[in-house]
Amino acid sequence: MLKLERRPTPSQFWSRATPVLAVALTVVAGGIMFALLGKNPFEAIRTIFWDPLFGEFAWYLRGQLMVKAGPLILIAVGLSLGFRAGIWNIGAEGQYIMGAIAGAALGLAVFPTENRLIFPAMVMAGALGGWAWAMIPAILKTRFNTNEILVSLMLVYVAQTVLAMASTGFLRNPEGAGFPGSRNFSGYEAARNGFLWEGAGLHWGGVMALATVVAAYVLLQRHILGFQIKLSGQAPRAARYAGVKPDRLVVLCLGVAGALAGMAGLFEVSGPAGQISIDFNSGYGFTAIIVAFLGRLNPVGILFAGLLMALTYIGGEMAATNLGLPSAAIQAFQGMLLFFLLACDLLTNFRIRLAKREAH
Amino acid sequence: MTAVELLRIEGVTKAYPGVVANSDVSFTIHEGEVHALLGENGAGKSTLVKMIYGLVKPDQGRMTWQGAPYAPAKPSAARASGVAMVFQHFSLFEALNVAENVALGMETPPPMRELAAKIRAVSEHYGLPLDPARMVGDLSAGERQRVEIIRCLLQSPKLLIMDEPTSVLTPQEVDILFRTLRQLKEAGTSILYISHKLEEIRALCDEATILRRGKVVGSCTPRDATAREMAEMMVGATITPPERRVGEKGPVALGVSDLSVASPIPFGTSLKSVSFTVAKGEVLGIAGVAGNGQDELLLALSGEIRTEGDRVRIHSQPVGDLGPVERRRAGLVAAPEERLGHAAAPNMSLTENAFLSGVVRQGLASSGFIDWGKTENFAKSIIETFDVRTPGTHVAARALSGGNLQKFVVGRELLQDPEVIVINQPTWGVDAAAAASIRQAILDRAAAGAAVVVISQDLDELLEISDSFAALNEGRLTRPRPVEGLTIDEIGLMMGGAHGMEVAHHVG
Repeated sequence: MLKLERRPTPSQFWSRATPVLAVALTVVAGGIMFALLGKNPFEAIRTIFWDPLFGEFAWYLRGQLMVKAGPLILIAVGLSLGFRAGIWNIGAEGQYIMGAIAGAALGLAVFPTENRLIFPAMVMAGALGGWAWAMIPAILKTRFNTNEILVSLMLVYVAQTVLAMASTGFLRNPEGAGFPGSRNFSGYEAARNGFLWEGAGLHWGGVMALATVVAAYVLLQRHILGFQIKLSGQAPRAARYAGVKPDRLVVLCLGVAGALAGMAGLFEVSGPAGQISIDFNSGYGFTAIIVAFLGRLNPVGILFAGLLMALTYIGGEMAATNLGLPSAAIQAFQGMLLFFLLACDLLTNFRIRLAKREAH
Repeated sequence: MTAVELLRIEGVTKAYPGVVANSDVSFTIHEGEVHALLGENGAGKSTLVKMIYGLVKPDQGRMTWQGAPYAPAKPSAARASGVAMVFQHFSLFEALNVAENVALGMETPPPMRELAAKIRAVSEHYGLPLDPARMVGDLSAGERQRVEIIRCLLQSPKLLIMDEPTSVLTPQEVDILFRTLRQLKEAGTSILYISHKLEEIRALCDEATILRRGKVVGSCTPRDATAREMAEMMVGATITPPERRVGEKGPVALGVSDLSVASPIPFGTSLKSVSFTVAKGEVLGIAGVAGNGQDELLLALSGEIRTEGDRVRIHSQPVGDLGPVERRRAGLVAAPEERLGHAAAPNMSLTENAFLSGVVRQGLASSGFIDWGKTENFAKSIIETFDVRTPGTHVAARALSGGNLQKFVVGRELLQDPEVIVINQPTWGVDAAAAASIRQAILDRAAAGAAVVVISQDLDELLEISDSFAALNEGRLTRPRPVEGLTIDEIGLMMGGAHGMEVAHHVG
């Protein structure tokens, strides 16, 4: 019989090794799933993990990696701060949408003025939009003690409705012959989020993501605020004893996550997506939750997890088109990753022992 | 009385690392007897009944059940023998109804309708009104206790153990409970009744065994003894307060006036108009049985509960509306009773835990950035000064033994050059030598001019280190009195005083 035994101190080795183990188990389990679907598992895994980096179209796909990873990392770092403090913002997707709408609305309002300040102002507006959307669960939680998980999640669906309204109504391209969707920013120099380094897929969003990783790392390691965030998540009563004000932390963590998600939305809409459209959002806000946990809520870990997740996105798309795998199978594959990670997590704090059955 | 012996306990000993919970305990319970187990918190009552109920194995000694050796390996074995227990803290599911909760505690529950009928029958027979279909979440504390009692009664136990059953009950509910217990006794069931409420024991129990620091210090027939006699045995009549240093009092450093606080803790005790002052260099000892407002008093003093500003004053400055950080800046440090999770974060290293409360007074951060080098040095000096046994400062707090962590937590507060010190249970679970060094450290801080409030359930400790003495009872604090010249009789009255006043109040 297997028995779990609590470790006296969390294992350093396993806290680093579990992500690797989880990826390995996901490959095995995913391979079995692909085989059951009648595909060659080795080919499927190779298409997902190898081809985007070293395959025929790697010159293009490698750039896509950072394009996809950027928003994931940006959102996930923001979420991880809240998750560490025990504040569960599940609505980054909504904050991402509202940031994109707010930033895009500013850019479209001043069209076609050319001014170097327009793009930075749009980034600010994007951050503000995401922040404002996150303040709704924050204020409801601090004032009325509502559950931020439910409120933030439900607000995603509200945001999606607002997005539909925007692309068919108030932000629709007046020269678009009545088709839904806003003007495309690719043709508007002052508001365009172009590539800074095309080969690496780096635009301002990617730069922001990398800067956020560094800032969050310093915050958590060196700053008293980071300490308070960790303390509140681990021992809420000790946090109150240390003088942490829980409400302030709720507002702060939701606010930072919302602002970063909003910025990610703006970078996306003004860059790779190009315009506000009904289905502009592609689930980055939800995938970022997986990225945050896959990265062990650690900024550096999230950087790698974001890249890995982007890889499965790109590789998954390739597998879907080239091998005809259903996209649900790709999503299940990504889900397995989180599942195995959380399961392996146990090894950090517990060890598994073989125990003999008791005599009676 | 020539009653038949039900359970005999002989020479039972149980030691935990650092503390002997029970030492050579012997007593006997007869059939149809209500037997009281009396003692202060930490006297070893809980460990003893856990051994009878099969939750803990004794190191030495033996138990005899109806003449046969009795060594239950687990609670189900104890239940099979006929032992049932009502715990102080209920284990009920609020989202399930009464019958479902009862069924969950049974090995082989009968069909639900049959069970509901049984519950109704038992509840009527024993005068414990309870509807099996009601949700537990809607029940009062007293009604929840009835669910637990009925769960026990359905097993037709020969011995019913009740751990502090009246602590959550209203006076009316206590009356109902006592009627039931007397009825059970008439029917031949023995009851082991754990309490520290002396009047209750006098009203209900036939025999009493008194524990003190894990040892049986006496037994008596409660009806023939006075509450005061029992209190003396419980507390130990042999206390000889050490000679007091006669020092002149400095100016008042900590003032509390008319402090009333609703408890944030479920089943907690609200503070009712607490007033006292502590001068520089003075140690005020606050006694009282656990759950009479000690935790709440600490929270209100540390700043975790805020009140109006002038309710709490440090050096005559109002601080009642300030949080913990501002109060530390004003010179106050506090050490709560619960070490893991309150005074320290279990998974954080000792360095991080040193930072937790040391940041303000030790200047461990500048413009928000943490000086980890300085923090580690602070942690090291705590470890050295207070002889904390640990492999290093990187170790998680939960890896330390209770006593070592207590030394770390108390040391962390005392090393911050405080002007006002509030400590709840400074030596709880600490071995005798370490306890002595903690007490000495507290006295040293007082000699250096700090005002000290020590909240403790250990009367010996309080009498040893305090200059003045007060007792908390149901959230009320007695007027502090100088320890010098205080007799055990007077202490007993102070600890039980509010009860007496309450009764008089009802009558008058």
